[in-house]
Amino acid sequence: MGLLSDPNRRRALISLLTRLNSPICVVCYMAGVAWFMGLAFEPFTLRTYMSENAMGSTMVEERFPAGERALTTGREFSAHKKKAGGMPVDWLVKTMQARGLEVFTQRFSRKLPFPDENKERYMVKGTNVYGILRAPRAPRTEALVLSAPCTPGDSNNQAVGLLLGLAQYFRNQIYWAKDIIFLVNEHDLIGMQACITFSPDSCRGGSIQAALSLELSSDVITSMDLVLEGLNGQLPNLDLANLFYAFCQKIGVLCTIQGKLQRNDWDSVSGYSHSVQTMMLMVMKQASGRPWGDHGLFLRYHIEAASIKGINSFRQYKTDVTTIGRLLEGMYRKLNNLLERLHQSYFFYLMPSLSHFVSIGYYMPAFGLLAVILLLRALDLWVQLATPPPRTEDGITDKEQVSSPGVLSVLTPLVISHLTGVALYTLPIQFQEMAVEQFPVSETEAVVLTAIGVYTAGLALPHNTHRLLSGEGTEQGWRVLKLVAVLYLAVLLGCTALINFSLGFILALTLVPVAAFVTPHVPKVLSAFILVILSPACTLLFSVFFFQELQELPVSFQEGWLLYLSVISQGILDHFLYGSLVYPLIALLVYPCWLLFWNILFWK
Amino acid sequence: MILSTTLEFCIFIYLLIFSFSYFTLHSCCLLYLCFDNAGQFFSSGHTNNWAVLVCTSRFWFNYRHVANTLSVYRSVKRLGIPDSHIVLMLADDMACNHRNPKPATVFSHKNMELNVYGDDVEVDYRGYEVTVENFLRVLTGRLPPSTPRSKRLLSDDRSNILIYLTGHGGNGFLKFQDSEEISNVELADAFEQMWQKRRYNELLFIIDTCQGASMYERFYSPNLMALASSQVGEDSLSHQPDLAIGVHLMDRYTFYLLEFLEDIHPASKTNMNDLFKVCPKSQCVSTPGHRTDLFLRDPGSVLITDFFGSVRKVEITMETINLTDPIKQKPKQKDWHPPDGFILGLWTLILLVFFKLYGMKHLKHIF
Repeated sequence: MGLLSDPNRRRALISLLTRLNSPICVVCYMAGVAWFMGLAFEPFTLRTYMSENAMGSTMVEERFPAGERALTTGREFSAHKKKAGGMPVDWLVKTMQARGLEVFTQRFSRKLPFPDENKERYMVKGTNVYGILRAPRAPRTEALVLSAPCTPGDSNNQAVGLLLGLAQYFRNQIYWAKDIIFLVNEHDLIGMQACITFSPDSCRGGSIQAALSLELSSDVITSMDLVLEGLNGQLPNLDLANLFYAFCQKIGVLCTIQGKLQRNDWDSVSGYSHSVQTMMLMVMKQASGRPWGDHGLFLRYHIEAASIKGINSFRQYKTDVTTIGRLLEGMYRKLNNLLERLHQSYFFYLMPSLSHFVSIGYYMPAFGLLAVILLLRALDLWVQLATPPPRTEDGITDKEQVSSPGVLSVLTPLVISHLTGVALYTLPIQFQEMAVEQFPVSETEAVVLTAIGVYTAGLALPHNTHRLLSGEGTEQGWRVLKLVAVLYLAVLLGCTALINFSLGFILALTLVPVAAFVTPHVPKVLSAFILVILSPACTLLFSVFFFQELQELPVSFQEGWLLYLSVISQGILDHFLYGSLVYPLIALLVYPCWLLFWNILFWK
Repeated sequence: MILSTTLEFCIFIYLLIFSFSYFTLHSCCLLYLCFDNAGQFFSSGHTNNWAVLVCTSRFWFNYRHVANTLSVYRSVKRLGIPDSHIVLMLADDMACNHRNPKPATVFSHKNMELNVYGDDVEVDYRGYEVTVENFLRVLTGRLPPSTPRSKRLLSDDRSNILIYLTGHGGNGFLKFQDSEEISNVELADAFEQMWQKRRYNELLFIIDTCQGASMYERFYSPNLMALASSQVGEDSLSHQPDLAIGVHLMDRYTFYLLEFLEDIHPASKTNMNDLFKVCPKSQCVSTPGHRTDLFLRDPGSVLITDFFGSVRKVEITMETINLTDPIKQKPKQKDWHPPDGFILGLWTLILLVFFKLYGMKHLKHIF
């Protein structure tokens, strides 16, 4: 007889499962965390390599000469920007036309759901200016994008200057097989969003193969930082990062990722912790679901994009703008050789350093081990539910009578939790005016505080709903509810991890222990405290402090709390402006799921 | 009776003379290596030269394959084979590619020393026309009637053909256009078809791809000589990286082959053994290979210009040459016909016997 069909063996397996359930869960959890931490250990990672044959090596001659002229143009741009009090549209149009580009402007205006206190804007109106360098001999079927943001104040002038300098140099070359679009966008991401969503009509370029966003605020730099994380944690094809790294090595510019320079001593503790820090920074940034550079909005449209930031720190060796121009020239010449979109290398990866990466096949098992805990718990509950206590014939009818209110009592917490989730999603924005009238707070604070208020109100639910329910909860009832909740959490976390591994993993780290140990029979006060600590809101709070630590800018509690509030408001804004999915996911799905466990804890 | 005896005697004498001449004829056939004064001229046995030069890969980063083919084309043309006898198949247009910083040129040496595209290139099969089917049809001659002459290999049994293939290959196959392959078995069968249709006298096959030697492993037709740039399990490497253009310009084997051929002029006496020495492992990194077991002549006696050039030797001589014996070539396939005179004699004998038996009076019935 087979292993599972033989009743004796089956009983033995089941008893094994129920007896050893908790130890196996603990072991799986430790193994999952250990696997994740081991990902940053260098022997377990792979060196990066160029996968695309058409891009090949860095065998190209860079001859960009006009760095100084680019800086002069940048200074002109800065002067005109001050005079115009925003984007100097006319000057930009005239300059781009003088360089032989086809120039287009695009106006946009956007009203935010509530004022953005970080960037101090509410009603945003602006203009994007972009010039298209047509390929001299090619049909207009493909394009590359180089963009620089127009930020108020003194930043990014050199970026626009270099962009215009490169435009002039590229115009004199005949080897371009793709159109190149030089874009200067106003109000960073909002402008970029306007350009991309309206591009089919006004851009008139071909399908875009790759895009680079340049941020440069000083005349000389010491290193270049690569930013990959985009909207909803989407990453560009690894070949773009490989290309950047290859050219950095060829030209001899220091290159960093997450602002951290690579180290060679992987076998020492400090070297390993350096890699772990770099990887954790990437995980945090990816989990937040917000685009970390102007390139972030391109990724949704299957356009591989990255941001390059020039950083001027206190190192001795400085790189001038001509060298940066050469690096960009080399990258664009290689992207010009592309025949298809970048697709040969990985789309899902983590980078503990710029020269090493971990692909999805290596990091997914860490999440898988955590998900297994949920499945084991579900099996355990199923077994407990399937073995009814021994009863007589009458007793069986009794059981049937008893279980029907049990079904209702499962449905009620589900519905109520999700309604709370819906309230958390909609109420903050809807009632901000009322909140502003009632309390002396600004709109942003109103929104954030309403969100936190609704969240905390949800904690009181089990106490209140049990008053409303007529029937009594039973032993069967909470088991059924927990089974449903555990499976629901497993599916939710699985889907999240597929789309955004970092978000899924961080949520799993905190929610899986919750799901595993919570029953009505554990000590209430202690468990309630632990449950609140492990809830999504507190996870976010700790993540904010942890993120600041990783960036070596630790904050005090007060500053951290204010940062936390601004993170919540940014998350809500990202959702309404760019379509980030983190806020609806947490409000509508993760929070109700956590509420179900809260309900189980207080089950009577 | 007298009539019959004289008749038989005549027949006997006739047959005697005839058989004597028949045997002498056949004995002369057996002595085929006739090296007299004019023998050298006809020693290789070919009267015309053809070349089929194929580049099978497209895309800008395969620039070097087009440059390979064009450099062999250039040498072959320089040594005398006219465009009408060259079938040039290029799978992509590098000279007019949008990414070429020097349009209308294809360089074979870095720093742009040598432009092998020139201004008189005639490409017969271009772009997507270079397919396995078209290549095999060119070789075997099975082309639709509407095919222009420039796209046909109009060789005959006295043609020496040079076939040069380059591209990406593997163990037993060659990739065409990134979408299909030709296997070594197909190629060997195509050559056998050519042999059976008497489409070549001798054939030299050169291939410059990775694992090129696998492509000539399966040949089985006579008079084939093959050279390859690398053995099975080895990769042929590229050469001449050029930073201005941004690609490798040539493959190693063909680069050194081109250098070797630049020293050949139409009157050169260099033979195949020197060609086998082109690009040793120290220069090529891969080990070039060759195969001569199917070739009937000794490679040392085969001139480079027998395949790469179209050589017409003119020697002015003042002496008279007596052509006593008809000069025979290598024994061709013998399908034996009975000599014509024999049939005539046989019928005469039958008629005479008939009339002997039945008398002369029936003669008037015939006439």
